[in-house]
Amino acid sequence: MKGAKNDFRPLSYLQPGRNTKVSETMSFIPGQPVTAVVQRIEIRKLRQGEHLILGFSIGGGIDQDPGQNPFSEDKSDKGIYVTRVTPEGPAEVAGLMMGDKVMQVNGWDMTMVTHDQARKRLTKKNEDVVRLLVTRKSLEQAVKHSMM
Amino acid sequence: PPTACGLCQSPEQAPPPTGQDCPQAPAASACGKAQQPPRGPWPIAWEEGPRRHGHGVHLLRVLVLLWSLPGIPQTWDDNWGETTTAVTGTSEHSLSQEDIVRITKDLEDSVGLDCRRYFTLTLAVVLGLLVFLTPLAFLALPHLLWPDKLLVCGTACEGLFISVAFKLLILLLAVWALFFRAPRAGLPRVFVFRALLAVLVLLFVVSYWLFYGVRILDSQDENYQGIVQYAVSLVDALLFIHYLAIVLLELRQLQPAFSVSVTRSTDGETRQYNLGQLSIQRAALAIIENYYRDFFVHNPALLTASKSRAAKHLAGLKVYNVDGEFPATPATGPGNNAATGLAHSQSRAMIAAAARRRDTNHNELYYEEAEHERRVRKRKARLVVAVEEAFTHIKRMQEEEQKKAPGDVMDPREAAQAIFPSMARSLQKYLRTTRQQHCHSMESIQQHLAFCITNNMTPKAFLESYLTPGPTLQYGRERWLARQWTLVSEASVTSGLKEGAIFLLKCIDFSLVVTVKRIPYIQLSEEFIDPKSHKFVLRLQSETSV
Repeated sequence: MKGAKNDFRPLSYLQPGRNTKVSETMSFIPGQPVTAVVQRIEIRKLRQGEHLILGFSIGGGIDQDPGQNPFSEDKSDKGIYVTRVTPEGPAEVAGLMMGDKVMQVNGWDMTMVTHDQARKRLTKKNEDVVRLLVTRKSLEQAVKHSMM
Repeated sequence: PPTACGLCQSPEQAPPPTGQDCPQAPAASACGKAQQPPRGPWPIAWEEGPRRHGHGVHLLRVLVLLWSLPGIPQTWDDNWGETTTAVTGTSEHSLSQEDIVRITKDLEDSVGLDCRRYFTLTLAVVLGLLVFLTPLAFLALPHLLWPDKLLVCGTACEGLFISVAFKLLILLLAVWALFFRAPRAGLPRVFVFRALLAVLVLLFVVSYWLFYGVRILDSQDENYQGIVQYAVSLVDALLFIHYLAIVLLELRQLQPAFSVSVTRSTDGETRQYNLGQLSIQRAALAIIENYYRDFFVHNPALLTASKSRAAKHLAGLKVYNVDGEFPATPATGPGNNAATGLAHSQSRAMIAAAARRRDTNHNELYYEEAEHERRVRKRKARLVVAVEEAFTHIKRMQEEEQKKAPGDVMDPREAAQAIFPSMARSLQKYLRTTRQQHCHSMESIQQHLAFCITNNMTPKAFLESYLTPGPTLQYGRERWLARQWTLVSEASVTSGLKEGAIFLLKCIDFSLVVTVKRIPYIQLSEEFIDPKSHKFVLRLQSETSV
């Protein structure tokens, strides 16, 4: 679904910082707009031999089985999740945590992609920096607490 | 006009004549100098080099080509008076076509084998008569010898008579079906199973006669029913022996147990066959019958190219011993080391020189083959067009039309003769290019054409038998050059096939090398899959590290 971001499904992300206002929970109904609290994470790729690595592993995708995802709340969520973060890697340094759901990579949507498309968008050879928008449960709670 | 110098052969690839005809006078003396000409397929004479003079008529070509004029090239060699000739190895072993035909005729005239056939035939007839007449004799003799003393036996005996009659009839039909067949081959040794069965039958019948003679004839037994039952038991046992014969002779070798690989020695064509447990001679027979059906016909004209290349290799270097003795056949002994050493060094020198020489044979071969292919394809295109056009000249007439216009009506043979000339030339050229011209005579082509016309075949169907070489069966009987085969085997020919056995089937032109391998034991196991068990899910969560 390459042109998905142009199609039917408008996304609205609320950029964080410290003062974000969010009222919706992170639910996932296909075809409906998704609202989530996201954190912007900028990872600088590390050169290891001939590869540029980011230092984490992803799982999920619209061609994968969502029931097996240990990190998702809603077991029908086919998004891309971070399953492992290598210690002292560029991702950990930038603040990525295990269990995060990746919503965008450098502007490209990640909520409706296949596993391979996600991998490709993260591992483009001509990009040194990837800017991810990730969301996690604790962010939402943090926002709620801060509003109260 | 050709000269009278008929002894020598001129080769096909002779250099073009220098413009001078072979003068009459020197030809005679030149021929007197000439050595025994090599007889064989034409390129053999090529390497003789300086001996080309006069005209030569290729014996081989005259015998087999029916349309072409025999080639009579005239070459005049300026150096005929001054050259020496050397006889190369190849010319000693070649046979001309004449020799081949002569040998075949000699073999076919031999009579020795027929005596054995008649002997076995008479033996079989005697045995058969003995077998059939014995039960009848058992039944009839008491009535003839002591009719008064016999007890009258009523319905039981009559029932037994009927059963004897029918069983004998069945036995007669069964023996006719199994044994009364035209012999299809003469094998070198006796057929072991048949001999065993004949001995068994003979022993059996003889023992029954012995018993009959001693216990019944001598004592003049009155119990006729017992005698009839005795005869019935004989017929039953004969039927069982016939069952044994079927199993041993026919059924046992049906199950394939060996896989034999048959290779023709001249061009390497190989086929595989599955055979059962047979003796080597019966396996050889089965292989030969399959050979006539499967292998492409043996065409010696296709082998001349490689022979000429081999001849050129040999002709390239000649080793002359200018210092005196010939290192001829080495005798045994200690003083002989010098001679063998000389021979060794000569061969080594030849090999070294051959390696050093800039050999462009492969280049020639490549371009020659490409050129030949192109020529064949061009001729084939012309041929196909000519034949298709020729076929359009003919139209089949229907029944009603036949009565209306009886003018130009032709039967298939005449129709074939009418359209043949328009395609004859291109067909002849094509056959010449593919070197098949001796396989097809004009008569056979016209016959085939008439056959195709009668059966409504298309031009492509007519051409198919000329475009590809077919099995030997397809050609006339005179092409079956060898019906006399020789079985060369290290193991006895009546022994069974074994893993790794190798034997040869030789005929005059070539031989078939047969290798035997056992078919492996196959262990087959079963696995049951419930049709409801075909279920699918999306792929497991795969994890990729980035």
